Order: sequence, then C-alpha cells, then structure tokens
Amino acid sequence: MATLAADGGQKAVVKNPLMQQHPASFVYAAGLGGQGRHVEGFMKLSRRAFVGGAMAAPLLGGPGFGQAKGSVLRVIPHADLKNIDPIWTTAYISRNHGYMVYDTLFAMDGNLNPQPQMVDKWETSADGKTWTFVLRDGLSFHDGKPVTAADCAASLIRWGKRDAMGQTMFTAVESVSGRDAKTLEIKLTRPYGLLVDTIAKISSNVPFIMPKEIAETDAFKQIENAIGSGPFIFRKEQWVPGSKVVYEKFKDYVPRKEATSGAAGAKIAKVDRVEWLYIPDPTTCMNALMSGEVDYYEQVPGDLAPLLSKAPGVKIDVLDPIGSQGMMRFNHLAAPTNNPLVRRAIMRAISQKDTLAASVGNPQYYRECKSIYPCGSPLETNQGTELAFPTSLDEAKKLLKESGYKGEKTVILQPSDIPISSAFALVVAKACRDIGMNVDVQAMDWSSVTSRRAKKEPVDQGGWNMFPTWWIGGDLLNPLSNASLVADPSKAWPGWPDDAKLRDLRDAFSAASGLDAQKKAAAEVQQRAIEIGTAANLGIFFVPVGYRDNVKGMIPSPVQFFWNMEKTS
Amino acid sequence: MLSFVLKRVLSTIPVMGIVALTVFLLLRLSPGDPAAVIAGDYATAEQIARIRTQLGLDQPILIQFVRWLGDLLRGDLGVSIFSNLPVSTLIAQRIEPTSMLALTTIVFSVIVAVPLGVLAAWKAHTWVDRAVMVFAVIGFSVPVFVMGYFLIYGFALGLRWFPVQGYRSPFTDPGLFLSHITLPTLALSAIYIALIARITRASVLEVLEEDYIRTARAKGQAETKVLLVHALGNAAVPIVTVIGLGVALLIGGVVVTESVFNIPGLGRLVVDAIQKRDYPIIQGLILFFSLLYIALNLIIDIAYTLLDPRIRY
Repeated sequence: MATLAADGGQKAVVKNPLMQQHPASFVYAAGLGGQGRHVEGFMKLSRRAFVGGAMAAPLLGGPGFGQAKGSVLRVIPHADLKNIDPIWTTAYISRNHGYMVYDTLFAMDGNLNPQPQMVDKWETSADGKTWTFVLRDGLSFHDGKPVTAADCAASLIRWGKRDAMGQTMFTAVESVSGRDAKTLEIKLTRPYGLLVDTIAKISSNVPFIMPKEIAETDAFKQIENAIGSGPFIFRKEQWVPGSKVVYEKFKDYVPRKEATSGAAGAKIAKVDRVEWLYIPDPTTCMNALMSGEVDYYEQVPGDLAPLLSKAPGVKIDVLDPIGSQGMMRFNHLAAPTNNPLVRRAIMRAISQKDTLAASVGNPQYYRECKSIYPCGSPLETNQGTELAFPTSLDEAKKLLKESGYKGEKTVILQPSDIPISSAFALVVAKACRDIGMNVDVQAMDWSSVTSRRAKKEPVDQGGWNMFPTWWIGGDLLNPLSNASLVADPSKAWPGWPDDAKLRDLRDAFSAASGLDAQKKAAAEVQQRAIEIGTAANLGIFFVPVGYRDNVKGMIPSPVQFFWNMEKTS
Repeated sequence: MLSFVLKRVLSTIPVMGIVALTVFLLLRLSPGDPAAVIAGDYATAEQIARIRTQLGLDQPILIQFVRWLGDLLRGDLGVSIFSNLPVSTLIAQRIEPTSMLALTTIVFSVIVAVPLGVLAAWKAHTWVDRAVMVFAVIGFSVPVFVMGYFLIYGFALGLRWFPVQGYRSPFTDPGLFLSHITLPTLALSAIYIALIARITRASVLEVLEEDYIRTARAKGQAETKVLLVHALGNAAVPIVTVIGLGVALLIGGVVVTESVFNIPGLGRLVVDAIQKRDYPIIQGLILFFSLLYIALNLIIDIAYTLLDPRIRY
C-alpha cells in the first residue's frame, strides 16, 4: 500500500516575500465586494479632546458589547454566505463554508502538494486503471453516522458532474463505488495520472464528502442540509442570510496526526464556536475590528489597511502565498477580437505594472508575473511569454496593423461594483486606445456582466469583446483547473476559444505522470494559450487579512481556513 | 367611516395587482441572469440552461407570472433562488430590526422635531427661528453615512459609550438593544427631525394667523395652551402626513444606515437581492412594502378624522 510520507511535522514553507515584510503605509484597492471607501487619517480620540470633561459612564462596558462567553471567534468573511451547497455553486464563500463543515479524501498542503486527508492508505493496480482508497478509522458525520466508502462514491459522482477538473477526470472513469464500508474503488478506462491531484483540488468546486443520501441530490439542485464530517458543525437554525453564520466545534472529529499544512494535516478546531458576521460596509468592518467587536477580517481593503496597521491591538498580514491573478478575457467570436493578431496586440499593449498600480496601488501588494500558472506555484513557467511581454506599444501597433484592424468598435464590459475589475477595464481600455483602437467601455454591475457575456452576437447586436475578472491562484494551478484554457467552445467559459491544438495539449497534460512530465506539458499549454490569446494576464495581487493580536494559528494558504485558529486571551 | 375603510381595503386589490405585474416584468426584462451568477465562471451554456430549467426561469414570462401569482394568492411568497429559504422566513428574520429602527427613529424625531417646529413658528423671524432652520438644513444636507461615521468615531471608538455596529433584540436584552440602536437612531433622525420641524413650523405659522388664535390670546389663555392645544392641534394634519410618510420611507429606505451600523434589516435584504437578481425576494419585498404603504396611508387618513372633526368620509 502506498502512502505519501508525512511532512515530518514541519510547517509548510512557501516563499512569499510579502509575508516577510512589515506592513508599511500603503493604499490598496479592495478585492471582490470592496467599496474602496477612503477615510482620512485616524487618530484615537481622547476624552478631553471631545467633550472637555468626563461625562457619564458608558451605558455598557467596553469592547465586545453583549458578546457571549466562551471561546468564540468572530469573523468578518469576504462575502455573505448565500447558499450552503459548495457543489451547486462555485462561490468562494460557499467553498469556505464547505471547508468548515466537510472533509476531503485528499487535500493540498502548504506547498500545494496533495496529501491524504480522510484516506489512510491507497494503491493503484499495475495497469493504473484501478485505484483503491482505505478510509481512516473513526470518521463520522455530524449526525453520528460513520463515513463510508459509499458516501465518498456518491459525493465524488455528484461533484464530478459540476466541476471542470472533475468532468475531465470522469471522462476516464468507469465506476466509483464502495468495495466495502471503508474501501473506495475507482475504476478507470485508461490511466489517469492526475487522479489524486484532481480530488485534492483546493478551490471551487472542492470534492467535499457528504452523506450518501444528501450526495444523491441532483447536482443542479441545492442540498437542503449541510451535514458533513468536518471540524465544525453548521448551525442552520441560527443562520441569518446576509448577517450571520454560526459553526460549532465538532467534538467527535478525528484529526490527522501530521502538523497542519494548508488544507492538509491536522484540522483541530481550537475554538468552540466560529461566527461569520457579514458586514457590508468596509469602514464599519474596520471600526468593528479596532473596537474588538470582531476578531478577524478576512479581506481588508487596501485603503483601510494603513489605518488598521496603526490601530492598537490589530495586526495586518498576507496569508495567501501565491495571490490572485487578474485576467482580461477575450471574445473569440466577435470582431475585432476574433482575430488572434488583435488579441496579441492588446496583450502586448497591456502593462501589468500600470494595471496593478491603478487597481491595487501599493507595490507591496502586487507583483508582475508572466506565467499563467501563479508565480511560486509548482507549474510556473515563462515558456511562450515572449509573445505577450515585455509591454511594447510599438510592437502592439505593428501587430494591430498586421491584423488588418480598420477601427472597428471594441466593447469592454466594466463591472462597476467590483473595484479591482473596474480598474482593470479602464486601464486596458487606455492601453487599447494608445495603440489606436476604437474602444467603448460599458459600465454595469457584475450580474449584468454575467448575462451580457453569455451573448455570442456581434458587438453591434449587443455582443462584447473583453471583460475583466480575477481568480485566486488556487484556481489556476494547472491547465485543467484554469477555466480560461478550455478550448472547446461547447464547454468553454464565455470567450469560447476554439483550438484543437490547445485541447490536445490539455489532454496530454491530463495523461502526464510525475511532476517533470506535468511541468513540460503545462509549459506547452501555456505557450499555445498565449499564441492564440485566450486571455490577457494582468498580474498578481494579494489581499491582506486583519486580526486582533490575541488571535493565533492562521494558516498560510490561498484559501481561508478557520481550524487551528485560537484566541489566546 | 366603515364603508370608507372597506372601499380602501377593496381598492388595495387592483393596486397590488398592478404592482405585482410591474415588478415582475421589470425584473424579467432588466439585464442580469441569476442562473449565470449561480452557475459561476466555469459553467457552460448548457449548465446555465439546466439551472434556469431547475429554477423555472426557462418558462415563458406569462407562465412564470401566472405560477407566481397563484402561489401569491395562497400566501406563498416563494423561495430564495440562492439560499433556498422561504422569502417569508427571510422577511420575518429582517423585519424586527428594521421596524425597531424605524420606530425609535420616528419616535425620537417627533419628540424632538415637533417642539422645535412649534418653537420656530412661535419665535418666527428671530434668531431662535433661524437657529432651528439652520439645524434643519444641516439635517437635510449631511448624508446619513457621514453622520453615522461621525457618531461612531466620537461615541463608539472614542468614548466607547456605544458599540460600533450590530443589532440586539429588545425582547432578549432591552439594555443591549438600547445601546445598539442609539447611534443608528441618532444618525437617521437628523433628516426626519429636519423634515418634521420644517413642516411643523410652516403649518403652525399658518395657523397662528387665524382668528381663533387671536381670540384665544385676547381671552387671556396661556401662550403654552395657545400653541400646543389650539395651534398645534389645528396644524396637525400635514404634520401627521409627513410622519406617516416618514415611517413608510424608513421601513424601505434605510439601507445606508443598516449598512453603516450593520443592522440586518429589510433594506439590506432587498439591495443584496437586487445585486444577485434573487427574483423571489425582490418581488416579495416590493409587494410587502407596497402593502405597507397602502396600510400606512389608510391609517393616516383615519387619523385625520381624529385630528380634524371637519374631515369625514
């Protein structure tokens, strides 16, 4: 039986220069949902300065008005938890909810390598077509029932119907079933070297394990109950959508013995209760953290980070070692971006430095990265990047002329309610105009963008040419998880590239076994993706977290986890 | 009176019907697709279509409307597309914070504004009058969120007298309720105090010119009684109208205050729903607000008869 060697108790080490730096004064545009509200410099107000004399005592005590006793971690999450099915939706907040409540067969450690989680041992047959996984002892769901292989099988099947990487894996799957209560068997029609990597994936959709009767829910219909086997129990009766989510420690959870590392290792709930308190206004979030009414703020907008870093009792840090990547998606169907030379011209005109400076602000919180796979991740490569970098308006103009561009209108969708993407749109629009393109930037909210980008018509019939977005690095780690690299229009993300060579290269990656072969295959995919211009890479940015100084145990990871976190006083 | 009330209740039906049709059509015809938002970026057109089918959004608009209307007539406001919770449950969760905020705001506003307005009218064209009007202008001009931030800065972060954010129910802890509701009430009251004070001043000023006021004074009645009984009583009708409209606006329009102070009320619910295109919530809430406005208008009209015996229906 094969096992991956335990990490020997060492903490994950992922190089991120930002995590070593002391946060200095900076300005940084908010990520998704941020409102970029600017507040002038804050100084703690003295009583004397305000009223010129002591007034009556406060109505109630100091920070933490009316807060429950016991170890409770109060968190401001990055978004409101609107639904509890992390397979039905790809929303990151639902994924984070999933990590609270569910467990996974495998998980990515701090070095983004897959490690067993619910699995104790596994083996592959000599022909590579039969995989057998034995579950750890003592795994149980929150309702007391033991976790069985049948639960795992049903969960994987449901996940495989919705997740892009899962769908690719399942093209090689003949059957998934429980050989016995603790043994899961996956039979393949052909060897699939990425099987463990696929079911260890760290971001949406994560193959969370649910009870069989819940996992048998239609994959396009929401589950009703969130019963899992993870370190926390979801208290549905206390859930107020738009306001509060409550999780309580699952006392019967059996953690692994290895040290915590990323999504892997021991998942020990060190607080009795975690409350997600969704506060829509960033200034209120900041104030709540400063006053101690909350303990943790998951995504601190850049313009508020300098104030928080100076506030007594508050710390700012970056936990995500690989950051998030901005992207400008091209429409391969509508002119003029249906011309690959036009796409290459635009890519050559875009300056990552300008784009990130405009949307992020402080250079401490962004960096240029030519690789499609995030810099610092295992498959990072510069192969093919000479087609898009360095920025050169002269080269871009040359390419545009060569394309035969005649001044056709180029429509950029600007999601005005997402500050970072909104800034991306404006900077790219300028870059296009600088090389002589006729650009029409159309502002709308993100919901409108999602329906507008589904249109395949020409721009004069309501179509579009480009829209900006961003992904966490965890979603872009390889050619299969990266949605922008799907080159089959019937399956692709809006933009619909159609390229047989890219499809073949992605398939070749899925068949590659071992890191060296995967790196080579991934580099080929990247080169082709840049050649045909699937999307323009706008660079990497990092979103800091804020927390009270008595909170410890944060896990460096592209995804936010709340096990291992505790309050020391 | 009874027939008047009955007629108004019956007339609610066609009004609600028009509101229902209008909001339904506006939502379906405006851009944005909840199925696309749900499906996420990886979704293919086929997957989005499948979600639309699950949600019933692929049906012709008329079928969707008839289906929704049928549910409505059975008292079923539908289920949130995103949370899968009944809309009535979501409204029930949010109605208390909004109602409490509206109640405390309007009570505080009336207590402060009416005497201010009477004072301004009594001392018309003096520095007292001008001071009250300056205050009214400030109340109108300063945005609620600015007022809110200043109050938080001073009283919550500075003096630590109140919490920065949040809501507590008066039914579980009245003390905590008061501490959490004070700053939002103060922030929101400014504009209503300004509005009610100005209307009170204008209305009382008009009445103070009447013959019966001169008669009351000539008969030697105390000025307080002249102002509060004779003048205010006869000036009450427009004041009550504004107070009633204020209540209606407060129920539906306090999203900024709710956001700044993190009060989980109906305002935030409807804004969140609009951003996500959660049709059942938007439809249910708009209908709820419409019904509320109709009911409030009826109450105001009935109140007129109590304030002014000359008004009879």
